Amino acid sequence: MSTHHSRAAGRLMISPAVILLLGWMLIPLGLTLYFSFLRYNLLMPGANPFVGFENYAFFFTDPAFGAAIANTLMLVGGVLAITIVGGTLLALLLDQPIWGQGIVRILVIAPFFVMPTVSALVWKNMFMNPVNGLFSHLARVLGLQPYDFLSQAPLASIVLIVSWQWLPFATLILLTALQSLDSEQLEASEMDGAGPVSRFAFIVLPHLARSITVVILIQTIFLLSIFAEILVTTNGGPGNASTNLTYLVYAQSLLQFDVGLGSAGGVFAIVLANIVAIFLMRMIGKNLDA
Amino acid sequence: MARAVSGRRKAAVTVAAWAVGLVIFFPILWIVILSFKAEGDAILSPLAVLAADWTLESYATVQARSDYFGHFLNSVTISVGSTLIGLAIAVPAAWSMAFVPGRQTRNVLMWMLSTKMLPPVGVLVPIYLIFRDTGLLDTRTGLVIVLTLINLPIIVWMLYTYFREIPGEILEAARMDGAGLRAEIVYVLTPMAVPGIASTLLLNIILAWNEAFWTLNLTAANAAPLTAFIASYSSPEGLFYAKLSAASTMAIAPILIMGWFSQKQLVRGLTFGAVK
Repeated sequence: MSTHHSRAAGRLMISPAVILLLGWMLIPLGLTLYFSFLRYNLLMPGANPFVGFENYAFFFTDPAFGAAIANTLMLVGGVLAITIVGGTLLALLLDQPIWGQGIVRILVIAPFFVMPTVSALVWKNMFMNPVNGLFSHLARVLGLQPYDFLSQAPLASIVLIVSWQWLPFATLILLTALQSLDSEQLEASEMDGAGPVSRFAFIVLPHLARSITVVILIQTIFLLSIFAEILVTTNGGPGNASTNLTYLVYAQSLLQFDVGLGSAGGVFAIVLANIVAIFLMRMIGKNLDA
Repeated sequence: MARAVSGRRKAAVTVAAWAVGLVIFFPILWIVILSFKAEGDAILSPLAVLAADWTLESYATVQARSDYFGHFLNSVTISVGSTLIGLAIAVPAAWSMAFVPGRQTRNVLMWMLSTKMLPPVGVLVPIYLIFRDTGLLDTRTGLVIVLTLINLPIIVWMLYTYFREIPGEILEAARMDGAGLRAEIVYVLTPMAVPGIASTLLLNIILAWNEAFWTLNLTAANAAPLTAFIASYSSPEGLFYAKLSAASTMAIAPILIMGWFSQKQLVRGLTFGAVK
């Protein structure tokens, strides 16, 4: 089907996309790399001397850096744990014959479509607020002291908010994968006497393993960049308790106006995301050939 | 599952599933309820809230005091604008990759997807500085440019998967019946591609509407879309629950409705084909 003409036309048609994405990749990335080697602060105009790896040294020895890395890992890990386990259970539940299944699916999917600033603020004010929030009303009914979620457990609270947003994604993916499971295999094993737990462990779970891996990889890439939720709830505080890597770089770049330092942090964030991306690309590549 | 299930079992599972669904959906339901209450009633305990009078005053206040509609228009302009431009660039690209594949097609596609995995914070500084120096900061144009670029990989990918499903034999049959290239595209290809393009359009509008990194960092007063508008409620003065609920309900309603039609597209677009 590809003639000379159509191949040339094909290349022409693909070039705007390629050129734009290439520019998007190279120019800002190159600039970030370049800035990371300068002493460049927007509040101090003047020469921006080349200082080698000084910014990187500052960035990695900053006590906030250690805290940010730990928080990032805990954020990603916490959300992954809740969404994968919860998503699997929900997918198993929704795969059963139910009356009104379409509506239940809609109820479960909805949080993913709520914009991050809305969900963060709703959780912060309507639920977690220690004076007027729903949780505090509930606590008083039960005779307990209201708990100030965002001051006393900032990271855990953000994990809760983000998990609520991403649970639908994991559920939807795993449900899609579940529905491609051949029911004959399950029936055969049931006739051979396998109980529900062993059916799950030996047939369902291996079938889901691939999808679970994909969910983990894709979610990790997006969860490394959690930003809006932190910005509108805790601003990274108290102290550095809920600052992740993304927020740290943002604070250094746009709040402290230290372009050099922020760029060094940005380079590090890119390297980190790339490591995850390599694994994800391998999985996608395998599927493209299929 | 082809086997019949007992009615009792089905009822029990139905109750469980509905309970879980309502718990997960509850925050959204609660915002909608609060949006129809007066400000003083919105902070009361839940039962008192439910018993209070319903009113539209919060919706009125939100529009009167803070130009909700202007921000809404910004969101619409930015999401629809970036989606249409993205489609204009992506349709030819996806067409060529699906129908005229070369040896490098697979690699180019994977490379495009990999650009989506770039953490935005890694390019925050240069983009901010470039936009500042070119006067694109706090403009809808600037945001449209950025959102087009970050979503282009997904648009290309989704269109590619839809185009690949169009059987080449139909096009060949049309050609053998004497159809020229123009007729082939207009009468055969387009009708089959329209559902795929529509689905991609829908999903991309949703993704652009909810984008909350660039819209928060590159806007101030003029081009702020709804994401930034809601974010401004994070440091409010005085009672504001009902107003926040009204603003939030209006901000998320269009997308919730579009999202309910886009579940399959979500799986296709955001898992990059790794889940079938």
